[in-house]
Amino acid sequence: MVQPLPYLKETASQTAGPYVHIGLAPGAAGFDIYRRELGWEIAAQGVPGERIRIEGLVYDGTGAPVKDILIEAWQADANGIYPHPEDSRHAEVAPGFRGWGRIITDFDTGLWSFETIKPGPVPGRNKRMMAPHINLWLVSRGINIGLNTRMYFEDEDNGADPVLNLIEQEDRRRTLIARRTATGTYRFDIRLQGEGETVFLDV
Amino acid sequence: MKPAEFYQRDRLLQPPALTPNYKTSVGRSPRLAMLSLQGSMSEITGPTFGHSDIDPIDNDLIKNYAKAGDPIGERIIVHGRVLDENGRAVPNTLVEIWQANAGGRYRHRKDSYLAPIDPNFGGCGRTLTDENGYYFFRTIKPGAYPWRNWVNSWRPAHIHVSVFGTAFVQRLITQMYFEGDPLIAKCPIIETIPDQRAIEQLIAPLDTNAAVPLDCLAYKFDIVLRGRRSTLFENRLEGN
Repeated sequence: MVQPLPYLKETASQTAGPYVHIGLAPGAAGFDIYRRELGWEIAAQGVPGERIRIEGLVYDGTGAPVKDILIEAWQADANGIYPHPEDSRHAEVAPGFRGWGRIITDFDTGLWSFETIKPGPVPGRNKRMMAPHINLWLVSRGINIGLNTRMYFEDEDNGADPVLNLIEQEDRRRTLIARRTATGTYRFDIRLQGEGETVFLDV
Repeated sequence: MKPAEFYQRDRLLQPPALTPNYKTSVGRSPRLAMLSLQGSMSEITGPTFGHSDIDPIDNDLIKNYAKAGDPIGERIIVHGRVLDENGRAVPNTLVEIWQANAGGRYRHRKDSYLAPIDPNFGGCGRTLTDENGYYFFRTIKPGAYPWRNWVNSWRPAHIHVSVFGTAFVQRLITQMYFEGDPLIAKCPIIETIPDQRAIEQLIAPLDTNAAVPLDCLAYKFDIVLRGRRSTLFENRLEGN
């Protein structure tokens, strides 16, 4: 026998289920309980940067919108700084910038949207710059473990992004790039399965 | 502090996306492989929370939605620690829970189960772990409830648990089950987990030491998040 390795094991994930809103967005579930729900404001008014709106649908393998999805977003500010102590520049982050948001769908249509500021480029591994992006995490009924992906912007230079360039099939890179539909408005649809399947990340 | 790396998620312990006995997963699971990504600043950072975000009563589900009295049901404390895979406490992290009432009915506009709503029970709570990673809630033990999977599928009593950790890659949602519940062995959502030890890690033991005599029982539920890698070789030129 060898010596035991005394690491604990990560707690297993389970689906968030159809009633995830009770815990994470009780107002959407239909009741008022907390003084303030968390995740509704990624960047307060007045935070420097271009204010943008992002909307989209999440589709299942049959092409139907997933109406009970919950998405969390995590992004840097307009200067590419994360409000977190691991970011060496975090002391300079814009006041009022939270960087994190919770996004729920319209239960009838599945459409979701959120407002934020456009993130700046962030240094990646080995000091290679990453193109502006928003990190997304999707949970819902039928999803056993949260799905990670990234959203990039079609009006930015994504050609040198080290993560997009890891995607072997070049046409799949497009699944991570939001379309600009109007000034300050982007459309980002996510396809969980099948034709045009979004690239998901094991981070 | 040098930038963190996190231990790779053990995908042999975690549920895969496609688990056909849990029917909804069939149409909601990617068919293509995920792209494995070493952590960058985007992954090793994550949102932070403070006491100004929440109220002290938020972790007391017996009182946080009480209108004309206390909710009906088995009064319990759910408590434990949030640790990482190195056994280190994860302090000041947000833990959120939600659950059905004692009869298995959720306070959600989409739940139409015939068991009634409890007028004094909301079913959600949140708290921050203390400096030792410790958290606790007071609540009512939830009831089992039926769901449309097989013709006669019933979920075991469970509490949904959401935890953040310090990095976006530690983000976790899971479910806590109760020791001795015979429905656990029959549940296709639990069966999505391929490893029996990982299933047992979701079952909270009765903890009579933490019970309050003549008031409420207690269950203990520790949560383990991905481990942060100690930097063994401090002078690596390639950096993060």
